[in-house]
Amino acid sequence: MESAEIEPQGPEGLDPGLEASSSTPKRRRRRLSELPERMAGNAFLLPAILMVLFLAIFPLIVSAYLSLSRIKFVKGGFEINFVGLANYKKLLTGSEQTHFLGKFGDPSPIGWIVFWGAVAAMAWGFIRYIRGERRTVIGTMGRIIAMLIMSGALYLLIHVLGSDGRPGTIVVTWIYVFVGIAVQYSLALGLALLVTQNIPGRRFFRIVYLIPMMITPVGVAYLFRMLTNTDIGPFQPIWQAMGLGLYSWVTDPWGARVAIMIGDIWQWTPFMFIVLVAALETQSVEQVEAALVDGANKRQIFRFITFPQILPVTLTLILIRLIEAFKIVDLPNVMTNGGPGTATESMTLQAFFNWRALDLGGSAAIAYMLLFVVTFIGIAYVNLVRGRVTEA
Amino acid sequence: MVVSYTIMIFWAIVVLLPLYWLLTTSLKLPIDVNMGPFYIPFIEFEPSLHAWDYILLGDLANDTIRAYKNTVIVGFTSAFLTVLLGTAAAYGLTRFSYRPKLGTILIAIGCIALAGIAIWAGVNWILAIIAAIVLFIVLMQTLGRRFKRSLGNSDIAFWLISQRMLPPVAVVLPIYVMFQTLNLLDTQAALIITYTAVNLAIVVWLMRDYFQTIPIEIEECAAIDGASRFRIFWSIVLPLSVPGLVATFLFVLVFTWNEYLLALFLSGANAQTLPLTIAAQSATRGPQWWYMSVLILIMILPVIIIAILLERYISRGLLVGSIKG
Repeated sequence: MESAEIEPQGPEGLDPGLEASSSTPKRRRRRLSELPERMAGNAFLLPAILMVLFLAIFPLIVSAYLSLSRIKFVKGGFEINFVGLANYKKLLTGSEQTHFLGKFGDPSPIGWIVFWGAVAAMAWGFIRYIRGERRTVIGTMGRIIAMLIMSGALYLLIHVLGSDGRPGTIVVTWIYVFVGIAVQYSLALGLALLVTQNIPGRRFFRIVYLIPMMITPVGVAYLFRMLTNTDIGPFQPIWQAMGLGLYSWVTDPWGARVAIMIGDIWQWTPFMFIVLVAALETQSVEQVEAALVDGANKRQIFRFITFPQILPVTLTLILIRLIEAFKIVDLPNVMTNGGPGTATESMTLQAFFNWRALDLGGSAAIAYMLLFVVTFIGIAYVNLVRGRVTEA
Repeated sequence: MVVSYTIMIFWAIVVLLPLYWLLTTSLKLPIDVNMGPFYIPFIEFEPSLHAWDYILLGDLANDTIRAYKNTVIVGFTSAFLTVLLGTAAAYGLTRFSYRPKLGTILIAIGCIALAGIAIWAGVNWILAIIAAIVLFIVLMQTLGRRFKRSLGNSDIAFWLISQRMLPPVAVVLPIYVMFQTLNLLDTQAALIITYTAVNLAIVVWLMRDYFQTIPIEIEECAAIDGASRFRIFWSIVLPLSVPGLVATFLFVLVFTWNEYLLALFLSGANAQTLPLTIAAQSATRGPQWWYMSVLILIMILPVIIIAILLERYISRGLLVGSIKG
């Protein structure tokens, strides 16, 4: 039976009723006779597509409209007034600026050095690209936009982290994401290298290390609120000995942020760990053995054999965590309720607070800023990584 | 060797100490918690089951059991649905070739937008939808043949998977309004539907790479013997991919089991899930550590047991192809 060929020859259109029919009558008849087979492809894919359309794409469009309006609750309903970009303006330059971007301070000299160094590096890379053979219009445009956004982000960063500056929710979210991922990856790699050694008892450790990932973030948040309590927590004697007995993490901005990051790291290191363990176990042994015969030491083996082999996994892993980490909300909400002040608020939490205060437009605007940031960083990361991998 | 063990044991303590603290706190009387840290039961404090009693049998028993039931029903149903839909889509994307015309999609979007504007402007919604469908068919019949540019499977897959980048908070407001108009707010159905959509991307991504590693020859043989596509999928492909399915199911289950933000938006007293019950213990009289500890423990126990039983499955199934890039 011809129709039963598995070769990808199935439906040619997404929509069964509407696909372009072929020109010759003969072929048309044949295709009609195999209609159920043709429909099969759509039956597999369409439910997922519809699900995403109705619960992601349409809400996203509505959300975009909400972010451009002011919603007033009146008797028996609400009324929506279109206000253009006012909600965004409020976040970036208006009354919410110190909350969202942060309070601008004077950057330290090191800050300026970092800023101009980065700008110079980007400019140099750009000039090299323009002079090169492979430049395209889209590539050039993309690079210009990326450079502008990155310079802006750095400018913001050095100002809010400078003296008497104060980071807003967007910067706090970056700190959670980037510091968290860096620490998680280093810890996870170290642990993965340890438990893939051929030593007894490694399976036990492997299972134990997996546990934190399974605990609900709300639970982790309360757990760490208990643990970091300097008065009744288990480390009380240590705090006492260090003279910090009455010190409270949650009233110090950086203390609270660090406490949240510790909770996040405790929870998500296992995810990186398990993936890296699997990656390390599937690497080929021959090369390592050959290197051992040639007298390479452990560090050289890791640097030149193991690491290149787990590099693709590493890059994907970081991308996954990057995407997920930007959604952080449970820990700051439960551990510190965003406080002290707004010091530990993440962007999602700020959007939630705005929603609770019935400022739906503002909430949607923050959500869109978050979407924008995640998309930009995701795309930039993928492009950067792709360039490096092909060069190497 | 000694160094390795020292570090490994140290990290094991880092992982286990918080859990030990959770367990002992759940056995302490409030006064034992507040009087400062006590570490060893029977010696430093007398363990008591008062918190367990309160949560499981006493005043809070009804709330706990309802929340637990909600969490179990929502978690398993939505994990099952997600894996079903996502696996089907992933299979379709690896075994069929789809070529939706770019023009078709643009016209569809245009018609939907027009219908949306019409409804917003006060036109009867049934009328608007019918008009949009008619317009779509007319346009397709007249212009449809001319479209040349089409999307491929990888475009569709990328589009589906990239939905994971969407922060839930960006879509939750319209979803909230939608469920409100459908009278589904604060029901298990609302949570199940939302979680299914949110986690679909992970399933498509993991299972698509899994299917790419399953040799196609077996399916070709079955097809030659006259099996239909659904039969091939159901009785050949699915049994072959059990490790991947199990790992994916567990991942989605853990995600839905622990989810907090969407539940916070979409559920009230009725459909409340356990993370919300835990968060509620921090009410007026300050955090009730002992109750919270019990709730956290009964919540993580099943997941941890599953994880221990299936540790091998998770790392193998997850990694067959997907994370390698």
